[in-house]
Amino acid sequence: MSVGSQENAPPFVTSGATNPMPQVVRRRWRPQPKLSWATRALFVALLVVLSILFLYPFIWLISATFKPRGETFDNALIPHHWAWNFTGPDIPSPHPQYLFNVAPVGHWLFNSFWISFLGAGLTMFVSAMIAFAFAYFRFPLRNFLFAVLLATMMLPGEVTMIPVYLLWNHIGRFTLAHPWLPHIGTGTQYPLWVPNMFGSAFYIFLQRQFFLGIPRDYFEAARMDGDGYFSMFRRIALPLAKPALIVTFIFEVQAKWFDLMTPLIYLRDAATFTVPLGMKNLLDRFNAAGGGEGDYQVIMAGTLLLVIPMVILFAAFQKYFIRGIATQGRKG
Amino acid sequence: MSSVTVNGLAPGPSRARRWLSGFRERETWAAYLFILPWLFGFFTLTLGPMLFSAYYSFTNYGLQQIAGLDKTKTVGLANYHRILNDGTAHLALKNTFIYTLMMVPARIVLALLLALVLVRVGERLGGVFRTIFYIPHITPPVAVGVLVLYLFNGGFGVVNKGLAHLGIKGPYWTIDPNWIKPTIALMDIWACGGTMVILLAALYGVPRHLYEAASMDGASKLRQFFNVTLPMISPALFFCFIILTLAGLNQFAVAYTAFFGSAGGVGSTGTNEAALLYAIYLFKEAFQSFEMGYASALAWVLFGICLTITGINVLVSRRFVFYQGSERS
Repeated sequence: MSVGSQENAPPFVTSGATNPMPQVVRRRWRPQPKLSWATRALFVALLVVLSILFLYPFIWLISATFKPRGETFDNALIPHHWAWNFTGPDIPSPHPQYLFNVAPVGHWLFNSFWISFLGAGLTMFVSAMIAFAFAYFRFPLRNFLFAVLLATMMLPGEVTMIPVYLLWNHIGRFTLAHPWLPHIGTGTQYPLWVPNMFGSAFYIFLQRQFFLGIPRDYFEAARMDGDGYFSMFRRIALPLAKPALIVTFIFEVQAKWFDLMTPLIYLRDAATFTVPLGMKNLLDRFNAAGGGEGDYQVIMAGTLLLVIPMVILFAAFQKYFIRGIATQGRKG
Repeated sequence: MSSVTVNGLAPGPSRARRWLSGFRERETWAAYLFILPWLFGFFTLTLGPMLFSAYYSFTNYGLQQIAGLDKTKTVGLANYHRILNDGTAHLALKNTFIYTLMMVPARIVLALLLALVLVRVGERLGGVFRTIFYIPHITPPVAVGVLVLYLFNGGFGVVNKGLAHLGIKGPYWTIDPNWIKPTIALMDIWACGGTMVILLAALYGVPRHLYEAASMDGASKLRQFFNVTLPMISPALFFCFIILTLAGLNQFAVAYTAFFGSAGGVGSTGTNEAALLYAIYLFKEAFQSFEMGYASALAWVLFGICLTITGINVLVSRRFVFYQGSERS
């Protein structure tokens, strides 16, 4: 069941004196001896009530998505009238609007998907390479470079945000001045995923811990078989590190799917938007409090589309989410 | 190098020479090839931009300079002086501190309570509820921002409807400047699942024999909690505290989605002022006013604050955080 208890796989976390993070202990037990059934029933009742509170916003969102215009906020959990707010005839404003008619939502979904998956795939692979180098190879400056890498985790993104934007701006101007080059720069989607090609300190740290837990003999044996460094990495290290790779991948997909600020900075053209940025724009446009057009059902439908892929990802990789966050924790 | 052998102090090659000879090894070259992507990214996307950002914070870099219409002028400490006298920056800083102070303790306390209950109801049931409590944590911030606006709406929001059933007249959460930060913080507390999972893992890691010994000594349940559980999970608590504090100081997306619009602003001016967090102010200065120099100074001030707070936390933690030896469980 658990990641760490797969046969032949090394334990998910290796203990390290430098690592004050909580460790996952596979043998489970209850700290207290048996609770009386009355106490236990009380606890369960409490948890059920809390669960309803925690899940209520989702249920509310789902039901609001399927209500017709004007009934969005009647707070009935089962809509009085059902309505499909995603697609429909394209009739101008006094009539209810439909999500896919008012904006290129299909483009947004597609953009978010390919950027998330490409970015996460790149980060997963490149971070693994870097982590493997820090874990396996002995080379001059290794400890210094690793300390530098750890230090970069402390740096808030705001510090580098502006010069990186200006860098992309320069690249954009350069590529526009040379028509034989593809247009790369601000206003394109490259700034959203190209930084993923260089790995990410957090994942490098996580994966290095993992690689350190794999016995060196495995790699030496591969070297004996005549493997080069890279094929050893690809044939031995990568397959063994699968749990760590999956954690990296899903965390990065999540981070990319969540990200509002980067698209906000770099994207101009509505067709290039990602879902969060597009939804922010729809909210500004239809929220009546901001002088919008009051088609709340469109906002609700869009928000549901923003939430659903993450729920599916979580359902598919639940144990990795829990393991990953339990071992490292990321923004709580 | 030759002087070393002449003096006869080091019989073999010198330390420096041995170190340099490391660069002739094949393994070294392979390793540097492996970490090349990171090195490249570090210089172009981290170190270089850091240096540039530090430089810009001492210049008047702005829209004119981006367009190449005007020369970049160094202005000394003028940007930092401006922060000292900028009422909006002070407001943003104050908002951010208030928000962080509300969000972090509440989130940790709720997460700890949930984890303490979950650890007691058994593995199977605990797992089911853990999943349920974790789900809000996978909600994108923009969706959270939308939910804040509608669930907490003063007129028709479900929160106020629910409070009315209990006979309480709820405030206008998303309009009343006094209630905006608590509202965002409440929605953040809702997403405490991540913290809870970390604390739950820590709770499972507390050795059972400690409780047995404590109860043998006649310690009450409460005493056991304060003298066994809390010290044993203090590293995890401390880790959550640091991570959440940094996340709070950098909070952007939820507040921006709910209270700042590209189309003239969602709420009134009062609403915008109450929800103006530091990261939002920085973003607006940099990418709406294009005051890049000033925004860079703001970013370095934020970095300084983050470092200071983390440093204080680490110093204080020496007194309270108990690190067990490498042996666990």
